[in-house]
Amino acid sequence: MPGVFTHQFANESFNGQVNINTGLFIDGQWVDGSGGSTIDVLNPTNGELLAKVSEGTAEDVNLAVAAAQRAFDTTWGHNTPGSVRGILLNKLADKMESQYDALCAVEALDNGLTFQWAKNADVPASIATIRYYGGWADKFHGKTIETDKNKLAYTIHEPIGVVGQIIPWNFPLLMLCWKIGPALATGNAIVMKPSEFTPLSALMMAEMIHQVGFPAGAFNLVVGYGSTVGQTISEHPLIEKVAFTGSTVTGRKIMEAAAKSNLKNVTLELGGKSPNIIFNDADIDQAVNWAAHGVYWNHGQCCCAGSRIFVQSKIYQEFLEKFTKKVKSIKVGDPFGKDTNQGPQVSQLQFDRIMSYIESGKEQGANIHLGGGRVGDKGYYVEPTIFTGTKPEMKIVQEEIFGPVAVVIKFEDEDDVVRQANDTLYGLAAAVFSKDIDRALQTVNKLKAGTVWVNCINVLNHNVPFGGFKQSGIGRELGEYALSNYTNVKAVHVNIGQKMF
Amino acid sequence: MSQIVKIKIAATGRTIELPTGLFINNEFVPSVDSQETLSAINPATEEEICKVVAASEKDIDLAVKAARAAFKNTWGKNVTGFERSRLLYKLADLIERDQQELAELETLNNGKPVRIARDFDIGDTVQCLRYYAGWADKILGETIEVDNKTKLAFTRADPIGVCGQIVPWNYPIMIWAWKVAPALAVGCTVVMKPSELTPLTALKLSQLVKEAGFPPGVVNTVPSLGHVGGAALAAHMDVDLVAFTGSTVTGKKIMEAAARSNLKKVLLELGGKSPNIIFESADLEQAATWAVLGTLSNSGEDCTAGSRVYVQESVYDKFIDLLIEKVKSTPVGDGFDDAVTNGPVISKTHFDRVWGHIESGKREGAKILVGGERRVGSGYFIDPTVFVDVKQDMKIVNEEIFGPVLAVGRFSTEEEAIELANNTRYGLGAGLHSRDANQAMRVSLALDAGTVWVNQYDILHNNVPFGGKKQSGIGRELGKQGLDEYISVKAIHWNFGEKASWPV
Repeated sequence: MPGVFTHQFANESFNGQVNINTGLFIDGQWVDGSGGSTIDVLNPTNGELLAKVSEGTAEDVNLAVAAAQRAFDTTWGHNTPGSVRGILLNKLADKMESQYDALCAVEALDNGLTFQWAKNADVPASIATIRYYGGWADKFHGKTIETDKNKLAYTIHEPIGVVGQIIPWNFPLLMLCWKIGPALATGNAIVMKPSEFTPLSALMMAEMIHQVGFPAGAFNLVVGYGSTVGQTISEHPLIEKVAFTGSTVTGRKIMEAAAKSNLKNVTLELGGKSPNIIFNDADIDQAVNWAAHGVYWNHGQCCCAGSRIFVQSKIYQEFLEKFTKKVKSIKVGDPFGKDTNQGPQVSQLQFDRIMSYIESGKEQGANIHLGGGRVGDKGYYVEPTIFTGTKPEMKIVQEEIFGPVAVVIKFEDEDDVVRQANDTLYGLAAAVFSKDIDRALQTVNKLKAGTVWVNCINVLNHNVPFGGFKQSGIGRELGEYALSNYTNVKAVHVNIGQKMF
Repeated sequence: MSQIVKIKIAATGRTIELPTGLFINNEFVPSVDSQETLSAINPATEEEICKVVAASEKDIDLAVKAARAAFKNTWGKNVTGFERSRLLYKLADLIERDQQELAELETLNNGKPVRIARDFDIGDTVQCLRYYAGWADKILGETIEVDNKTKLAFTRADPIGVCGQIVPWNYPIMIWAWKVAPALAVGCTVVMKPSELTPLTALKLSQLVKEAGFPPGVVNTVPSLGHVGGAALAAHMDVDLVAFTGSTVTGKKIMEAAARSNLKKVLLELGGKSPNIIFESADLEQAATWAVLGTLSNSGEDCTAGSRVYVQESVYDKFIDLLIEKVKSTPVGDGFDDAVTNGPVISKTHFDRVWGHIESGKREGAKILVGGERRVGSGYFIDPTVFVDVKQDMKIVNEEIFGPVLAVGRFSTEEEAIELANNTRYGLGAGLHSRDANQAMRVSLALDAGTVWVNQYDILHNNVPFGGKKQSGIGRELGKQGLDEYISVKAIHWNFGEKASWPV
């Protein structure tokens, strides 16, 4: 019998109790993992055990796929019209709203992001995304296409079928909503693997999905490890599409497995090492504030973080001074503290990786301008860190650190900075700060990135597409564009007069 | 006078509190310069329900001013698509909450059965609002490649502005939603003139608009006579668009007034004399059922009514038998009786007009198979009437009757059917029944109508566009196209690299 995780919150941000099912959610039921084992979910503020959740295995994925297929063939897919799919998604958004603070608290508890950010950004964005895709459900039309008078040619936008979705730990609830929104709106049935580090909000969502009336099997949740559950999904012969957000390294494995098995459709949202280019004529104070948000938001655990900050030489000194002051003011501490800006990193693994990048920066001769150490001796807290004096080939300049570590680089020439900005395997995002609109728009055109910000950074809207060039990914999420990821276009040619000889 | 009246509904024991003033800037107010009222009549009993304030030309002007101020300051581009979406969803929820009360009020004033008003009219209304709520944050322009080195060219989908909307008496709540929802979704503000015959539910809906949280001036409701309020809106110099559903005769006047004043955009949903063609391969039982549904629904007070039924010679007798049987089974009576499908027609004037057509049919030599006999007693009840042996030049074949009257004709060949069907100045709906797929395709492509039903009739969906060809109208409602009508495209050419030189 799968258990329930009960947690009593009593802090300055939230008082209340949550009860979360800890089983796997398959075919509308909560069940134990077929291996009988569990996964420990740890509290990132102190490394202690929070909850044990059921561990899914390859066998559980098979069960989930069977349930999803059955739902797709009978009660879901095009058996439920778009207007009804839309109503269900809208109801889900209403349900999330009714548990708003609880969702914020669970995100903060499980991931370490601050309750305030959850309340003001993550959770409302998650709800808005679900409602947004609910609105699309009956509006993603095919086309009728003129050929000649002997033919009626048209396209039907069909859901693909059973889709696998593998989501990361950095914005657990938001990433879940980005994935299920377009997939359910278009009528696909989902087998989802949340991150084993942060499964709690996904478990809450599975219960809500069940309560608002999605048919059994339309959404299935299998918590497990990448090497087992993730791998099984990627190579499953009956899953026709896999969507993944996570590291480029893992994205590669998924695409390989997809290719080797049944050539399933693959969309990937991977890493980034996004450049933030600040020209002499930028509004410096604003650029400082935005640049800080660009790196340190979500503890640097953001795929589109503007982690390489290029500052033009005339304003470099002033920028660095002001930026340092700004970063010093970041309060690191308890996610539930009303004044906290930055909580812990999500896990020991991430903490170790970030500290080792900081080490490599020192070793390779970069200058630690600020920070560089651990905060406290419990949990995974890292000081907001600034490196200067770097060289392009250093690891801290080339590789994604995924922590509160910025690299600030002085530049002079416009063409050269664009070259440096583009000199990366990645292409997720980029930003330009300048009051000269001509220069800003011209630079936008030259940057090889899926999102380019002008005079802002790290702000997204659920109706504007997001995704990477180059090794930052394949496909786009959000906006109308995401619907195509979950659609098989069927072209129909109806002969109404052509005689064959 | 603009106070709340209490309306007692005898059949259900409910008391409805109804504001009777004009709804301007989220308040119910009296007319500024007139004592005129409109008398809302119960067509089942011929008795007055209550009086409501009738807007004068000056009141209309104030409503337009309120709508313009809201468009400039609190609505239009001042509000995000997300917010418009949220408010429309809220309004849908409120209408759903109050569906029974609204249905009873609709039945009292319009006559249609309560269960149909609630489950169909209002059910569709709630879905329509939700449908357009879903569009509100998805209104996209385009970026257009011109020259990437020097220009960013893109379009913005601007809301057109202040919209005058004039809705009819046959589906008061539902057509209110068809008009209001896309306009609000895009960011337009509305001055709504409900029909002088059925102003009551529009006033109740105005209360819900305020409760949902729309800023003052976004929706204004001004019941008035057509030649006062409708004419004023059509001719107003500060109204950017007028949308009208009603007769073709009135539609022409509105378009003229729009042209003479400020060339405002005109959307018209007008009359029809829609053909419904029964081919020999059709499932005759189903075709007969659809034909009856298509003409007698809403007591025939439907712009798309398939009021001309053409039957292929080879199946004529069999079809007529099925048709008559179903027509005869139509329960006509008071809308508060759940067993009834057809209530009374809307008014004395309309009752007389429908009877005028029935009499003309008899005079011009058509044969009556069912009906044609006046009822005695109160209430504007008309029993379904079926004419056969009709000729194309008869009034009952050419003119829109808008009542429970069918004219049935015959044809031999497919070409003849198409010709008969298209031989009308109207082009709103058309139906064909056939199990021959190629025939269905050929004929549906050949019919000159904005909506063609194949093996069905009179079923619409919020996401499929609807409107007329020829003199049945201009523009489309519902679907994405309905939304696009309220959008004015602005193209922006942003030069960031081209230097001008003069002389060239």
